[in-house]
Amino acid sequence: MTTQPEKSSGFAATDVLATGSDEPDTVERAEKSPDELQPFADLGLKDDEYAKIRDILGRRPTASELAMYSIMWSEHCSYKSSKVHLKQFSEKAPKNTRMLAGIGENAGVVQISDTIAVTFKVESHNHPSYVEPYQGAATGVGGIVRDILAMGARPIAVMDPLRFGAHDHPDTARVLPGVVAGIGGYGNCLGLPNIGGEIVFDPCYQGNPLVNALSIGVLPVERLQKKEATGTGNIVVLLGARTGRDGIGGVSVLASATFAEDEAEQRRPSVQVGDPFMEKLLIESCLELYDAGLVSGIQDLGGAGLTCALTETAAAAGTGMRVWLERVPLREASMSPTEILASESQERMLLIVTPENLDAVLKVAEKWGVWATAIGEVTAAAEDGTPGRLLITWNDHTVVDVPPGSLADDGPIYNRPIREPNDIMLLQADRAETLPRPSTGDELRETVLRMAASPNLCDKTWVTEQYDRYVLGNTVLAQPEDSGVLRIDEKTGLGVALSVDGNGRFARLDPYEGAKLALAESYRNVAVTGAEPIAISDCLNFGSPEDPTVMWQFSEACRALADGCLELGTPVTGGNVSFYNQTGAAAIHPTPVVGTLGVFDDVARRIPMGFPKPAKPAGDLLFLLGETRVELSGSEWAWVTHNHLGGRPPKVDLAAEQALGKVMAKASKSGLVSAAHDLSDGGLAQVLVESTLRHEVGAKVTVPEDGNSAFVHLFSESASRVLVAVPRGHDKAFLALAAEHGVPVTPIGVTTEERVLQVEGQFSIPLDEVREAWSSTLRDLFGGTAELVNRNAEPETFPVPEKVTSVTLELNPQTPGGPITPQS
Amino acid sequence: MRIGVVTFPGSLDDGDAARAARLAGAEAVRLWHGDPDLHGVDAVVLPGGFSYGDALRCGAIARFAPVMESIIDAARGGLPVLGICNGFQILCEAHLLPGALTRNQHLHFRNRDQWLKVEATNTAWTNGFTADQEILIPVKNGEGCYVADSKTLDALEAEGRVIARYIKGNPNGSQRDIAGITNEAGNVVGIMPHPEHAVEALTGPSLDGLGFFTSVLRSLATDGQLAGGQQ
Repeated sequence: MTTQPEKSSGFAATDVLATGSDEPDTVERAEKSPDELQPFADLGLKDDEYAKIRDILGRRPTASELAMYSIMWSEHCSYKSSKVHLKQFSEKAPKNTRMLAGIGENAGVVQISDTIAVTFKVESHNHPSYVEPYQGAATGVGGIVRDILAMGARPIAVMDPLRFGAHDHPDTARVLPGVVAGIGGYGNCLGLPNIGGEIVFDPCYQGNPLVNALSIGVLPVERLQKKEATGTGNIVVLLGARTGRDGIGGVSVLASATFAEDEAEQRRPSVQVGDPFMEKLLIESCLELYDAGLVSGIQDLGGAGLTCALTETAAAAGTGMRVWLERVPLREASMSPTEILASESQERMLLIVTPENLDAVLKVAEKWGVWATAIGEVTAAAEDGTPGRLLITWNDHTVVDVPPGSLADDGPIYNRPIREPNDIMLLQADRAETLPRPSTGDELRETVLRMAASPNLCDKTWVTEQYDRYVLGNTVLAQPEDSGVLRIDEKTGLGVALSVDGNGRFARLDPYEGAKLALAESYRNVAVTGAEPIAISDCLNFGSPEDPTVMWQFSEACRALADGCLELGTPVTGGNVSFYNQTGAAAIHPTPVVGTLGVFDDVARRIPMGFPKPAKPAGDLLFLLGETRVELSGSEWAWVTHNHLGGRPPKVDLAAEQALGKVMAKASKSGLVSAAHDLSDGGLAQVLVESTLRHEVGAKVTVPEDGNSAFVHLFSESASRVLVAVPRGHDKAFLALAAEHGVPVTPIGVTTEERVLQVEGQFSIPLDEVREAWSSTLRDLFGGTAELVNRNAEPETFPVPEKVTSVTLELNPQTPGGPITPQS
Repeated sequence: MRIGVVTFPGSLDDGDAARAARLAGAEAVRLWHGDPDLHGVDAVVLPGGFSYGDALRCGAIARFAPVMESIIDAARGGLPVLGICNGFQILCEAHLLPGALTRNQHLHFRNRDQWLKVEATNTAWTNGFTADQEILIPVKNGEGCYVADSKTLDALEAEGRVIARYIKGNPNGSQRDIAGITNEAGNVVGIMPHPEHAVEALTGPSLDGLGFFTSVLRSLATDGQLAGGQQ
């Protein structure tokens, strides 16, 4: 084992072809030239890994085989550093009867009624999105959607937790608009509503933005698809886009190594290029194939392309496979066999079909205008039960002859060294609770507005307006609500709620508690809508696993999520690990992101976050559920007003979260609550800002006199808290319900017709002023969506759009890449 | 009454348009881009989406689809046709409606709940609204900026063929805030915002979109007498 930095310079696949010959490197040639030097180190393989490959094959690998092993044994594909920690998710899995497919599948599948299941998963596309924001983010959406599709589901929505560097850094003005446009450009064109996510700014993500993507799909239980390449003689069909040189080495070069400064530019060719139109056709053709029962096995092609799909489908079934590589439709005829195997061209699926179904499959593909090509067939395992071999020829040259399991399952596993960072004690001792606080009403008023306008708490409409949230007609709640809520069944009202959350600052202060807090927040966001949380997916974003302190953060986070999920009864259904999110020695904050899925028997009873309009003259009653403690460390307030990160994150009490969830579910069923909003970043003050502005309904709040200052009540980020609005007449029933579950309730005020946010004895702010502060931040930073002014005069002839009345990114001389000057 | 909804490769809101037709009380009939047969439908909706991936220009290829040949003929013969978003773009490309939809002035895709004022209530698709009725309907497009030369715009206004305008903000820079227009006969309507997304309280910002679908049923029931903007 080594902790040397993994060095993997650009993966030009042709470099690994046999030199000085027109012919590819074949098995025959490999046997004859055992001592030929091979560039395994350049492909990211270690000495001992290379030795192991030689051992498995009993000879040196061919150039193509070497490329395949380097890809499949990369961190991204093999989970070699994370496996030993991730297994806790299975070992500690809570008892569960809903799960139809779990970790190890393309995506976890959870049954939500007798006949219907949903599948969901969150994944990262961080590195590509830094190198090429638009295509990186777009293909991130495309990739996760194909995972969902591969399970037999129709994809029905996407969500995007995004993290960027400092809001005012010039490179953020390059990355953010590109990422957002890429997500919108791809998801909108696929016809998938974008129902939520996160947008977080922190300098720790400057060279390593986190672009995570979640997708959810729905399927009739019996349509669940498998990836196994079963049935000797079955045909291997490649469906979808033609294979090109894009994305070669994406997983091994981009996602499994740390970038040096300025290296991103050179890596751009490793990023895939997306074609959402092709993916839309691929979705429709696959669904038609499933419904006609024409598919025996299916796997999407994403990271590691054909290499991964061929080896995983064969390995899962224990069969072998015979593939004629020259049959793969190419964008560029000159591609070498290694390039064809390594290409990460998007919008492709691998199908296993019986010979008698082949014609019908090709016919469906033709209907949708999608390429479908029989490229191989399934071969038998040996008679003694030894799994079959993957044999690949290219124009009659045997370029690959390997046991598929050795690539897919038998990759190296590292138990990397773990060390608690030296600075953690100092960091935890530097508590935000000791920072100077605002105390007068005027100071609090100013702080509320300043916080509302801060980049992490401000209105995210600039981003979310670029996403279609209506398509498919089943979106019940979407951003900025606590959860995205979808109707699944129009007849019964069966529905789901989904929320994705993470808090890198909390996890930096304490990765164990921070990961649990992410889980708790995600759980709570689903629960406040009235849904019952049933399962999670996670995306674990960390620095380099070769740094023992990063591995410590990772192991703590995994342990926390496994413990937490066991306690909450929400199994981990799948997810993704993204390492190497670091530039030089500086890693990102450990950032576990948790996506929680909840279920409604009838989605019509969902609870929205905004105070309802019209507020009756008397208004709804506002209650705060949960306990407020002096917990300011890691808070948004400490960050925004003191640029401070230190201390210990808020206490997590998962039993309290569950009790809260039960209260909300019951309140939703009996219609006791008109609005509810989870308290997290920015505390109560931010919740009041968001819930009042949602429908322009004011609130009059009195902070409890319990010894804590008004400031603590407004800005503490204690967990397990929810603000609810209860219509008059329901308050007694609601209080009894909360008492029954032991959830503390504090009456804190009423909603008002008057469009003002007031905290009695402290301050009062007209909602217009709140809105101005809250909504102008991103617009001022990234431009482009100022209201358009109607022009009255048109030219006689066909007009060329004249002076643009708003500042647009493309036309803004300040961006992209240039320095940002404050706009006055 | 049977309302046909066309699916092109890349159509996205076809299911929603069909749902809206059903909620309005019609039978929704799916039409396929490659099949010129209109299956005897009484009206047609060209739904939103990215037909043919917006290749070349939005709607430029869809306009040549086999089903469009039949729809263009039938529309000239009085068949009520509603083009929503991409459907509006297709109708302009097919020269059933004047002008063109271009890139939003701010260059971003924009999705928001948009207020409109209905101005023409004598078309097949808007006769159920009252004049100057204000309605709330989602808008979502990247290329929804309506443009035409001033002669065309003046003619549209003079003939009462602007069916709806954006109010309380213009989401894409459309000239004279135009959100939708109709042809001379009033049977063909193009609108950029999406009425099919405002048909249920659970999922839409209002129920205002239903009016387009109930309007066409009413006009069909009265044998097309209401269709005809020039009477």
